[in-house]
Amino acid sequence: MNQHPAMWGHPMTPHQAFNAHTAFPLATPNPMRNQHASSPVSHTQQPLVTGTSVLGLKYKDGVMLAADNLASYGSLARFRDIQRLHPLGNHTCLAVSGDMSDYQYLKKELDGLLREEEALSLSDSHPALHPSQIYAFLANLFYARRSKVNPIWNAILVGGWDATKEESFLGYVDLLGTTYSSPTLATGFGSHIAQPLLREAFEKKAGIDGKGELLTAEEAEALLNECMKVLFYRDARSLNKYQIATVTKEGVQISESKSAETQWGFAEALRGYGAQQQ
Amino acid sequence: MAMHAERSAALHELTSAPIQHAFNPYEDNGGTILAIAGKDFSVIAGDTRQSQGYSIQTRYARKVWQLTDRAVLATNGFAADGNNFVKKVKQRLEWYEHAHHKQMPLKSIARMIQTILYGKRFFPYYVYNILGGIEEDGTGAVYSYDPVGTYERESCRAAGAAQSILQPFLDNQIYFKNQTPEPGAEPFIPGNLPLSTVLALVVDSFTSATERHIEVGDGLEVYVVMKKGRPTDDLVGEGKLAPGMAVEELDALGEGDGEKTFLVTRSLKRD
Amino acid sequence: MVAKDIEVAPIGFDFSNYARNEFLGQSLGGLPKATSTGTTIVGLKFGGGSSGEPEGVCLGADTRATAGPIVADKNCEKIHFLTPQIRCCGAGTAADTEFVTNLISSNLELHALSQGRQPRVVTAMTMLKQYLFRYQGHVGAHLVLGGVDSTGPHLFTVHAHGSTDKLPYVTMGSGSLAAMAVFESSYKENLTRAEAIALVARAIRSGIFNDLGSGSNVDVAVITKAGTEMLRNYEMPNERGVKSRNYKFRRGTTAFSKEYIRDLIVKEEVRSTSGAGKEQGPAVAVAVGEGMDVDP
Repeated sequence: MNQHPAMWGHPMTPHQAFNAHTAFPLATPNPMRNQHASSPVSHTQQPLVTGTSVLGLKYKDGVMLAADNLASYGSLARFRDIQRLHPLGNHTCLAVSGDMSDYQYLKKELDGLLREEEALSLSDSHPALHPSQIYAFLANLFYARRSKVNPIWNAILVGGWDATKEESFLGYVDLLGTTYSSPTLATGFGSHIAQPLLREAFEKKAGIDGKGELLTAEEAEALLNECMKVLFYRDARSLNKYQIATVTKEGVQISESKSAETQWGFAEALRGYGAQQQ
Repeated sequence: MAMHAERSAALHELTSAPIQHAFNPYEDNGGTILAIAGKDFSVIAGDTRQSQGYSIQTRYARKVWQLTDRAVLATNGFAADGNNFVKKVKQRLEWYEHAHHKQMPLKSIARMIQTILYGKRFFPYYVYNILGGIEEDGTGAVYSYDPVGTYERESCRAAGAAQSILQPFLDNQIYFKNQTPEPGAEPFIPGNLPLSTVLALVVDSFTSATERHIEVGDGLEVYVVMKKGRPTDDLVGEGKLAPGMAVEELDALGEGDGEKTFLVTRSLKRD
Repeated sequence: MVAKDIEVAPIGFDFSNYARNEFLGQSLGGLPKATSTGTTIVGLKFGGGSSGEPEGVCLGADTRATAGPIVADKNCEKIHFLTPQIRCCGAGTAADTEFVTNLISSNLELHALSQGRQPRVVTAMTMLKQYLFRYQGHVGAHLVLGGVDSTGPHLFTVHAHGSTDKLPYVTMGSGSLAAMAVFESSYKENLTRAEAIALVARAIRSGIFNDLGSGSNVDVAVITKAGTEMLRNYEMPNERGVKSRNYKFRRGTTAFSKEYIRDLIVKEEVRSTSGAGKEQGPAVAVAVGEGMDVDP
């Protein structure tokens, strides 16, 4: 079912009426089991263990990324201590949402790639990979896989510091190979909930052209904390335990897990949903 | 009633079959592009919004690309396909330059784009392209394509989300469709409008499309390619552009035969 | 048997058109879809407690109406009148929100007349939900209902299927997430009236600038015991600039192949004959009169 509010009230075809959140994955028979050896290979998979949205924000000294520690199995909060922020080299960090096994595959590939790069840089004056180069690699990989109709089921934010240009980097890439950049970014549900707040706060200080002064580290962190809190209030696949990565010219720093202070006191005053008074 | 029962049985079969969530490798990222050819110039424009459904992915994503000193390509449709298509075209142009020590002429680029598009006939690039620039004879040209490579040289073309809004407007204003000249006056000849008029039409096209199409807005980029030796004072002169617009001359990509490319920018509404 | 002759009103749902609709749906490649509007509508309760101001409800809406990706109306009104002190913001199918609010408004007026007192918000809410439930979601009205009655301020959301929610702050429509993000981060109990208006406007702006289904202007309604204040176009952050060119066409621009001027006034000559036909035979009716030409 399409959960977007714009689709509310639309009659659903039987196919759409299937609710992945209530039935998936236990009620779904394994499609591979029915697959005959001679039948064409079916690449098309679906995400199983998933991470919800991640956020990214450019600020005065670099980039900040945020991701919670949850990996869900359908509607089950299955793994509650998963780190979804991954540093690559000294000046790049990924924030990953979507399928967690694809994320682990990516980590392995990229770590291997960076190990080779590091080996080269030891014996030679080989420069380290810039964030934009890692981003280009990911964009090419994701687009190549979507073109084989065998996607890597993730939406990723790449945050970094370009030591040559002395400027921050923030980019988005997803399973379709779609790429874009913006001073504030969010994936998944975060693009509906957090992005409006991020844009508002960013533009209030830097102006709509972004040419004014950017948020300070304190302001940026407070803003991300606020967004993670609102996401916890409204995203049913989120967890109030998250980390923030900071990428500056000094390097990548990933915080300890923390929680937002939430308030549920208003619930005391609620009485029913309709005409009830007591 | 019997019919009813049969149907619901069939429906049940449908829902109880293993449901495979089919992966759709395509997406529509909105936005619109437009190009108009003049006698000795060509104008290629696009908005900068990239969207997905009801969400704005970014307020600035490039859709118009300078290929050579006399060719500019606008892409619209699925952004990932667009970016990768442009990458491929640029690579082929570089190979050509290495092999022939000159930039590829516009009409050759036009034909090459057709073959690249048709090369993926059965898994097409979901991209609507418009190529604009200066031909070898110095005339302004516009080529427009469908996703699998059909192409045609025209005086003007709009494509993308607001094509159905803009193309009738251009037909009327550029091709003078449904307009009769004043009795005794010269007949209208398409492709002879001055640059200032063309620029004004482009800006009005995009502000109007922004008003009436939800996927158009945020920013406007207009590339102006001029024939070698053409005076530029009608574009860069003092007070030639409306307030809120900026123009910069882009550096030559090749040896520099004398053609000039300018980039005119302007903001659009963000709602 | 006398009972047999009495016609019994049918009870329950009528599925007699089900098979026909299925068939039409298949042969037409999908049933026709009604025009749906992307929207941001919000409401919140304010006043009382530490604010030292009277309690009330503040509603807000954007003013864009869409038909698919096309903007159908740049400045429409989505805050509908129910009673002098009850208003209702509508999202979803434009015709349904218009119709259902008009209908309930009429019924509330009749209710007020028969009871001799002003209707309550819960009455409006109950009428709306019962009506919408009857149509099983096919009346696509998603509403934010707010008002003040003898029992104080009330705020509800009503979904098209007939469910309701009662909360201190609510949002609806395609921009509901963008607006709710603002409320979740900034709503507090006992806001002053001015703070409430500012927060509602900010939530609507969030929808206008982040949701493509919402746009143009901000409408606000403030309802307190003292009365309702409609702040139509409270903010106008999206005014269109002047066009670069003038598109007035020269007279005679449109070519034509023939000219035909038709007199639309029916002329008929009336002659007083004062009984002159008395001694004559039966009159012969003449059918064709002047000015009754039809196009050749």
